[in-house]
Amino acid sequence: MSEPRQEPVPGTHHEPGGDAPPASDAPPQETIHVDRFEAAWMRIAAAVLAIFFISILVSAFASGFQVPGVYQRIDPTKLYEPGSPFADPGLRELAPGKYEAYIRAQIWSFTPNEIRIPAGSEVTFYTTSQDVQHGIKIQGTNINMMILPGQVSTLKAKFDTPGTYDFVCHEYCGQLHHTMYGQLIVEAEQVAAQ
Amino acid sequence: MSVQTLPSAGLAEGSRPVLLTDSGHKTVNRLTGLNIGVGIGALTIGLWLGVLQGLEHAGLNWYSYLAPGIKTYYQGLTIHGVLNALTWTTFFICGFFTYVVANSLKRPLRFPWINILAFVLMAAGLLLAAYPLFANLATVLYTFYPPMLADWTFYLGLVLLVVGSWVSGYGMYFTYGAWRKENPGTTTPFLALGALITMVMWQIATLGVAAEILFLILPSAMANSAFLVGLFPAIANWNTGSDPLLARSLFWFFGHPLVYFWLLPAYLSWYGMMPAQTGGKMFSENLARLVFWLFLLLSVPVGFHHQYADPGIPQAWKILHATWTMSLAFPSLLTAFTVIASLELGARARGGKGYLRWIFRLNWGDPSYAAQNFAMILFAFGGISGITNASYNMNMVVHNTTWLPGHFHLTVGSATTLTFFGILYWLLPKLTGKKLFTKTLALAQAWTWFLGMLLFANGYHLLGLHHGAPRRSMLGDAPYRAVEWTPYLIETVVGVTFLFISATLFFIVVFGTVLSPRSRRLAQPVEMPVAEPLHPGPTPKWLDTWTPWLAGAIALILLSYGPILYQLVRDMQWIPFAPRVW
Ligand code: HEM
Ligand SMILES: [Cu+2]
Ligand SMILES: [Cu+2]
Repeated sequence: MSEPRQEPVPGTHHEPGGDAPPASDAPPQETIHVDRFEAAWMRIAAAVLAIFFISILVSAFASGFQVPGVYQRIDPTKLYEPGSPFADPGLRELAPGKYEAYIRAQIWSFTPNEIRIPAGSEVTFYTTSQDVQHGIKIQGTNINMMILPGQVSTLKAKFDTPGTYDFVCHEYCGQLHHTMYGQLIVEAEQVAAQ
Repeated sequence: MSVQTLPSAGLAEGSRPVLLTDSGHKTVNRLTGLNIGVGIGALTIGLWLGVLQGLEHAGLNWYSYLAPGIKTYYQGLTIHGVLNALTWTTFFICGFFTYVVANSLKRPLRFPWINILAFVLMAAGLLLAAYPLFANLATVLYTFYPPMLADWTFYLGLVLLVVGSWVSGYGMYFTYGAWRKENPGTTTPFLALGALITMVMWQIATLGVAAEILFLILPSAMANSAFLVGLFPAIANWNTGSDPLLARSLFWFFGHPLVYFWLLPAYLSWYGMMPAQTGGKMFSENLARLVFWLFLLLSVPVGFHHQYADPGIPQAWKILHATWTMSLAFPSLLTAFTVIASLELGARARGGKGYLRWIFRLNWGDPSYAAQNFAMILFAFGGISGITNASYNMNMVVHNTTWLPGHFHLTVGSATTLTFFGILYWLLPKLTGKKLFTKTLALAQAWTWFLGMLLFANGYHLLGLHHGAPRRSMLGDAPYRAVEWTPYLIETVVGVTFLFISATLFFIVVFGTVLSPRSRRLAQPVEMPVAEPLHPGPTPKWLDTWTPWLAGAIALILLSYGPILYQLVRDMQWIPFAPRVW
C-alpha cells in the first residue's frame, strides 16, 4: 500500500497514509511532508473548530447572548453618597414585569441578600463592589459576573419558573467568602395577574 | 568525532563544534538536579494541602491539625496554588530544559554562571515568598487580585522567581547562539528547538505579570510595610492604590500563556521522547516543529477568555480573543493525531496488531512511559472541558464553579504533573546513576494518579455544571451547600484518597531513589530518550527560523491587546487597596 520508505521501520506495515517520502537527495523543500490521514485530520480539526466558533458568533449576534461588557465606571469610595444607586440598593420596578436590581457587594455579604419577583419578570442586574473583588452567579441562570470595585457589572435575565435561586459569591474575597450569598425568590403569582 | 580531535588548521575559530564533555555534563546535571529538587520539595507540601482541600469540601475539616503552621483553608489554598502551579512547574521546567537544551545540542552551557545565577534568583524568590505565605501574611490566592494586598515580600519573591526563570532562558539562548555559530547550516534538533520556543514564549508572557506587580501592586505593598517605611520614610507616598480591572488584564495577559508554559514541556516529551520509549518514531517531525511555532504565535493574545465575565472589557474584544483561542486548539488537536500515530508505530514495531489491539503492546510496563500515557489520556478530557471554558457562551454556565478546578487538575495537575513524574522516572536514574526505587512503586503511582484524577475531576466538573458550586470556597462550611451535592463529593473523596496514595508513592519513589545505597547503581547509564523522525527528510527553512514567527507573535499581541490596553490605561482609576480580609 505504501511506497518504499527511506528507513523502513520494522513492523510498520499498517502505517496510515502513503504519500511518497521525499527523495533523499532532493534539495531542501519549502513544503513539509504531510501524511494522507494526517491531512484529513487537520481538515476535520479545522472544520470542528470553525463550527464551534461560528456557533459562538451566532449565539452572540443572532440569539442575543450577552456576557458582561462595558457599562460604567464608578468610584467605590462614593457608593454611599446621595444619588448613588448603590447607597440604597434593591429592586426597582420599571414597568409591570420589568425590574432593575441593584446589588452592592462587600465583605462578606450582598445587599440586598433577598430579592422577590413575580414569575415571568425580566430583571436587569447592576452590581459593584465596595472593597475587594467578588463574583456573582445566580444558580440555574446564565447570570455569572465578576464584581470589581470601580466597575458596574450588568446582565439581564427573565425568570419564568417559580422557585428560590441562590446567588453565591464565586470569587475569593477573604476569610468568610464561602458564607457570602443571597436568594432570589421567584413567586408563583404571574406578572400578568398583577 | 572525539573530543580530543585537534582542530584542523583552516577551520575558523567560531565554526568548531564544542562537545559536551564529562565536566559539561556534570554542570548540567547538577543544575538540573538542583532545580527539580526544589520543585519536588515545593510539591511535597503542595500536594498534601490539596488532599486536605479535597477532604474539606466533603465536610472533613482537618486544618486544626496543621495549626499553628497553617491557620485557615484559604491560607492552605494559596500555598497549594503558589507551590504547585507556580513553583513546582517553573523549577521543574527550568531544570528539565537546561538538561534538554544541552543534551539535545550536545553542547555544554555557554555560560554556566548564567544558569547558576538563575537558580539562585529563583530560590531566593521562593524563600522570600515562603515567609509571608506561611506567616499568613499573603492569603490572597495565587492570582493575588488587587485590591487585596499581601506583604511586599510575597510580590518581590514572585518577581525574583520570574526574573530567575528569564535568566535561565538567557542561559539557554546563549548556548543555542554558540551552537548555531559552530554548526552553520544544521537544523536545530527538535528537542532543543521546542524548549527554546517555550522559553521565548514565557519571556513575552511574563511581561504582563511583571508590569502588573511592578506598577500596580509592589509600590503600595512596600508603602504598607512598617519596616520599609521605617527605613525609608519617603516610601510611604507610594501607596497609590491600583486599578483592579487593569491588574486583572495584565495578569491574564500572562495567565493563559502560563498554561502553555506548563503544557509545552509535556508536549515536547510526548512528541520527541515518548515514541523512543515504546519503540516508535516521530511520525512527522516537521509538523511537530510547526505546532511549537504556532504556540509561540498564538499563546499570548487570548487572555480575555479568562475575563469573559469581567465588566469593563468590550464584548468585541472578548470575541476577538475567543477567535484566537479556538485557533489555538488547532495545534493541540494536531498533537493528538501525531503523537498517537508515533506511539502506534512503536506498538506495531513491538508486534501490535489490529485496529485497536496494538494499544496493549505499548510499553505499559515502564513507569516512565505509562505515567506519560496516562497523562495524555487525562489531558484529552481536560482539553474538551477547556474548549468549553473557551467558548464565550458556555463559559457563563461554568465560570468560577468547581468545573474549573476539575478542568485544570486534568491539565496542569495531570497532563503536566504526571508527565513530569514520568520524565523523572528516567531522569532520576540518569542523574543519580541509581535504579528507580522501585519500578513497581512508580507504576502504582501512575495508576493511582490516573484513577484518582478521573474520579476527582469528574466529580468537580459535574458539581460545577449541575449545581454551580463555586470554586475557591470552603464548601464544607458554606450555608448554601445542598444535599444534592453529596454523590459528587463522595466521588471526589474517593479520588482524593487515590491521589493521597499516589502522592505518597511518588515521594517514596523519589526519596527512595535518591537516598538508596550505592548497591543500587545502574550497570548501564540511562540516556535521554530521543525519538528519531520517521522521515528524516530536510526541514524547510521557515521551520527553523525565528524572525517571522516572533514578528507574527508580537504583531498579534499588539493587535489583540494594544488598543484595549491603551484604553484601560487611559481610563485607569487608582482604587485604594483594601484592609486585610483574611
Ligand atoms: C494530590 C493531588 C491534588 C489534590 C487532591 C488537589 C486538590 C485541590 C482542590 C480540592 C482544589 C480546589 C480548591 C477550591 O477551589 O476551593 C485545588 C485547587 C488548585 N489546585 Fe490542586 N490538588 C492536587 C494537585 C494539584 C497539582 C499537581 C496542581 C498543579 C501543579 C494543582 C493546582 C491547583 C491550583 C492552581 C488550584 C487553584 C487554586 C486557586 O483557586 O487559587 N493541584 N486543588
Ligand atoms: Cu467572595
Ligand atoms: Cu486560558
